[in-house]
Amino acid sequence: MKAALLLIILAPLAGFLINVFFGRRLPRAGVTAVAVGSVGLSALLALFVCGAYLSAPEPAAFEYYTVLSVGGVTIPFALQADALSILMLFFVTFVGFWIHIYSIGYMEHEEDYARYFSYLNLFMFAMLTLVLADNFLLMFVGWEGVGLCSYLLIGFYYQEKWPADSGKKAFIVNRIGDFGFLIGIFFIATHFGTLRYEEVFAKLQADPGAYLGVAGIIALCLFVGATGKSAQLPLYVWLPDAMAGPTPVSALIHAATMVTAGVYMVARCNLFFRSSPEAMAVVAVVGALTAIFAASMGLAQTDIKKVLAYSTISQLGYMFLAAGVGAYAVAMFHVFTHAFFKACLFLGSGSLIHACHTNDIFEMGGLRKVMKTTHWTFLFSTLAIAGIPIWAGFFSKDAILASVFAFAGHHHGWAYLLWGLAVVTAFMTSFYMFRLYYVVFGGEYRGKGHPHESPTSMTLPLVVLGGLTAVVGFLGVPVVFHLPNLMERFLEPLTPAVEGLAGTTFHLSHGMEWALMIGSVVVAGLGWLAARALYRTDASWTWVKGFTARHPRLYDTVFNKYYVDEFYDRTVGAALRGVSRFCFSIIDGVLIEGPVNLSGFFVELTGNVLRFLHNGNLRTYALHIVLGVAILLWLVF
Amino acid sequence: MARLLTDHLLSVLIFLPAAAAAALAFFPGRAKGAIRGFTLAVTAAGLLLAVWLLAAFRPDAGFQFNEWAPWISYFNIHWFVGMDGISLLMVLLTNFLMPVVILSSTRFITEHVKAYHIAFLLLQTGMLGSFLALDFFLFYIFWEVMLIPMYFIIGVWGGKQRVYAAVKFFIFTAVGSFLMFLAILWMVAQRYSATGGLDFAIFSYYPSGLAAASQVWPFLAFTLAFAIKVPMFPFHTWLPDAHTEAPAGGSIILAGVLLKLGAYGMLRFSIPMFPAALAQFLPWLVGLSLVGILYGAWVCFAQDDLKKLIAYSSVSHLGFVTLGLFALTPASVSGAVLQMVNHGLSTGALFLLVGVLYERRHTRMMADFGGLAKTLPVTTALFLVVALSSIGLPGLNGFWGEFLILVGTFQAHPWTAAVAASGVIFSAVYLLTAVRRVFFGPVTHEENTGLADLDLRELICAAALLVPIVWIGVYPKFLLDRITPAIEHTLSIVKGLMP
Repeated sequence: MKAALLLIILAPLAGFLINVFFGRRLPRAGVTAVAVGSVGLSALLALFVCGAYLSAPEPAAFEYYTVLSVGGVTIPFALQADALSILMLFFVTFVGFWIHIYSIGYMEHEEDYARYFSYLNLFMFAMLTLVLADNFLLMFVGWEGVGLCSYLLIGFYYQEKWPADSGKKAFIVNRIGDFGFLIGIFFIATHFGTLRYEEVFAKLQADPGAYLGVAGIIALCLFVGATGKSAQLPLYVWLPDAMAGPTPVSALIHAATMVTAGVYMVARCNLFFRSSPEAMAVVAVVGALTAIFAASMGLAQTDIKKVLAYSTISQLGYMFLAAGVGAYAVAMFHVFTHAFFKACLFLGSGSLIHACHTNDIFEMGGLRKVMKTTHWTFLFSTLAIAGIPIWAGFFSKDAILASVFAFAGHHHGWAYLLWGLAVVTAFMTSFYMFRLYYVVFGGEYRGKGHPHESPTSMTLPLVVLGGLTAVVGFLGVPVVFHLPNLMERFLEPLTPAVEGLAGTTFHLSHGMEWALMIGSVVVAGLGWLAARALYRTDASWTWVKGFTARHPRLYDTVFNKYYVDEFYDRTVGAALRGVSRFCFSIIDGVLIEGPVNLSGFFVELTGNVLRFLHNGNLRTYALHIVLGVAILLWLVF
Repeated sequence: MARLLTDHLLSVLIFLPAAAAAALAFFPGRAKGAIRGFTLAVTAAGLLLAVWLLAAFRPDAGFQFNEWAPWISYFNIHWFVGMDGISLLMVLLTNFLMPVVILSSTRFITEHVKAYHIAFLLLQTGMLGSFLALDFFLFYIFWEVMLIPMYFIIGVWGGKQRVYAAVKFFIFTAVGSFLMFLAILWMVAQRYSATGGLDFAIFSYYPSGLAAASQVWPFLAFTLAFAIKVPMFPFHTWLPDAHTEAPAGGSIILAGVLLKLGAYGMLRFSIPMFPAALAQFLPWLVGLSLVGILYGAWVCFAQDDLKKLIAYSSVSHLGFVTLGLFALTPASVSGAVLQMVNHGLSTGALFLLVGVLYERRHTRMMADFGGLAKTLPVTTALFLVVALSSIGLPGLNGFWGEFLILVGTFQAHPWTAAVAASGVIFSAVYLLTAVRRVFFGPVTHEENTGLADLDLRELICAAALLVPIVWIGVYPKFLLDRITPAIEHTLSIVKGLMP
């Protein structure tokens, strides 16, 4: 087990090192074998570790070496396998492996094939370090590591402006979040004297009262980190631009795995959040607002990847909403189901872009006939994200809505408002996803050329992930069906009941659960029907066109994402540029350098005067001596 | 003979470069290859010797390899040198950077080759002596010895504004060292009037034993001298000029080692000798460090000259170092000393790579580049890794220094540490913007299309710097274990005496 965990993270690292140093000299098949083989090995070992854990569900931590130990701060390089890590480990390696397979076909014509795969492997290494770490600092190492890979892969097509700028933007916005995370780590190190999860949480559990104030501050600091990595308000702005990267990267990093790291972190630290109702409320409110805000922006996008990007932000909002009302297992369940359907959606969009050579959905159309596999898998995952029964998103989203409702009923009346927002978001989600579906697959083809289905290396992952979207939901069946909720049971050790801390589950009557479930299905169905009415055939668009023509300002505002980027640029960006110019030109240039150069000038001046006196003429010197003596005599007498 | 060597390891270490410089004087000036080869061999031998010391060093044994011999007996001044963990790291850094600098200068320096190498060798003796001296007078001599070669390196082999930059460097530093010299004499005189004996041993002043009120002026004199060297805000304006005008090798040593002498001096003199004055001025020193971190970063945004940007980034990074020193916790001071090494490696590597670009395009303006990643993939990859190390990416060296400084500072001054931590955002902004402007995007200038990537010699230099960057990033404990006892000892002197 100890060796297996280490090998899981080292295999992709080895793949990265081989391809980064020798990739340009290796044949393509060699690059592929190294990259896919290393991740395949990780995935197999992950299955082994998962199996071992399921047969004996005991958390285990293994220390490999001490990174540093100074002044009471000890950082071990140690990995752990508990329920939460195992869950993440499983889907990260599984989805990661299939996206590597998909990339073989998608990046086939790419000149920098080896560079692409080396980055992808490095990402797997960092992501697995993040989820397997047994302490906050090692998690942070992985956390920044995935940020680096995100930067490298968004900017993969570095010669073009948009990718090059977007990569930088992603890194910087994430750094703002990481700043909060770091402060949180400082608080933990100072108040707990250790950074290992086990020790920190044991102390907190033993005496929650002793940490009440500081735990809330820690929770909020960590949450700032989560808003960066998981693209929540107000730091979500980097994710839509992250779409500048190759599409499989969007699927792996910017949909299925890395962006859910924030949810993982909040779930991991649930004891901190549960110490502070205020911190939980912040998480819930930010989640709900992000969910609806991003969903509304998704309504008007025409770039297929942008639609999916906003939907990702919105779904991540759902996850934080769940975490904010204490339903951590439910949040993780949605992380899990989302990984499958959103990865499938992005890979599907990659297949479409590959075929049509455009990102604009209005230049596609009618593709259900020519791209059968892509069509069916895309439909499956659309059903899943919209929350149509038996598909995965239905189970997890229904569980989120029910948790919020129950939380609101349990002395937190204000949370009904969040529930309302979440329901409206569900409607919007269903609407913009089916809008996408009908515009792309319905009607007639409007683009140039002759699109055709993608190669098997791309369709096979679609089939695997698309098929699973109809399966994985059953891991978390609601109680009213009288079937075991496997996911909840699996994640039970994550949220121990501690006296003095907020609870994590609230009871609902069976009748109310049924009502909520039916309600959420109706809402999703309405969204679907509305999209169908407006977008099913090319002819049915007339109403939408008329509407946008009648309300140009509304449409422009939504289409331009409420001008948030522009707002940031004119406030934060302008302030920084102004301060920078002021420091350089005024403080450095005038206030400090002025006196320095002035004194230099006076020294020079004095030098010139003295040089005039020291003219080397003996008679002048004699005159000086005489003058000096005369002055002295005059002074003395 | 062998015995003579092992008993005088530090003397050999210090005077090997000076002896080589003397030998170089007999080389014919036209034998450029021989001069370079000889200097490279000597500096490589210096590196081996430093590694040997590292291997023989025992972390818990305090000052070791000590040598003590009367020098100017009339004033009771001694040849007194010794090495603790802190000086060990500084010696390693110096002797590691030297061969890299010599090797990297081969193509760039074609005029006055002999003088150039003599200057660097004398400089090395000055730096090593300063790090190892345990006698006040000896320290001062070595400190002054460094000044002259550096002045000539900037003034003779520098860029267009080299004379202005060299004079500015000289005057700033000379003002500082003059104050320091007065403070040394004053302290020795005070001790003489109290005990009737002349004592120049640095240890004897741990602490100085002066009354709180009398500590103020010597403390300020020492600290100002070192603050100019570091440089701390607002004494930093000599640095951008000196860095920008110096040849690449000069910039590497200036940023890599000379700035560290300021921080080293604070840790050796300002902090353990004057606890009362230290306590009195601590808020100022912590505050100025904080200002340096943010101010240095902000000024970086406004730069169009890549070399100047890196120069100003040193103000920000050294702000972290002084913050760590004056936070006075074991973690923060350890982080500060580690960060001195890290900054030497990262900024040294950045200057090396900027030198590579300059050699090819004879410009340092970022607007003249753009899209270099296509033509110079290896240079780009190396620059990116080094920039990331400078930004403090975990897994590379810079992170651990910053982390320890901040976590240690947080224990003493939470708000200061929190504000300082925002520096990690700003460093990402200015360095990634520079990377974006120079290496990414489309190629906008015709001249940039046919550039040659790193040759073997340049690759060796850069790769040599990358090895410790990654190694410290993965296993910082190795170096930290060697410095923590010395730091805890220093702090134990201060802590009890601070009011």
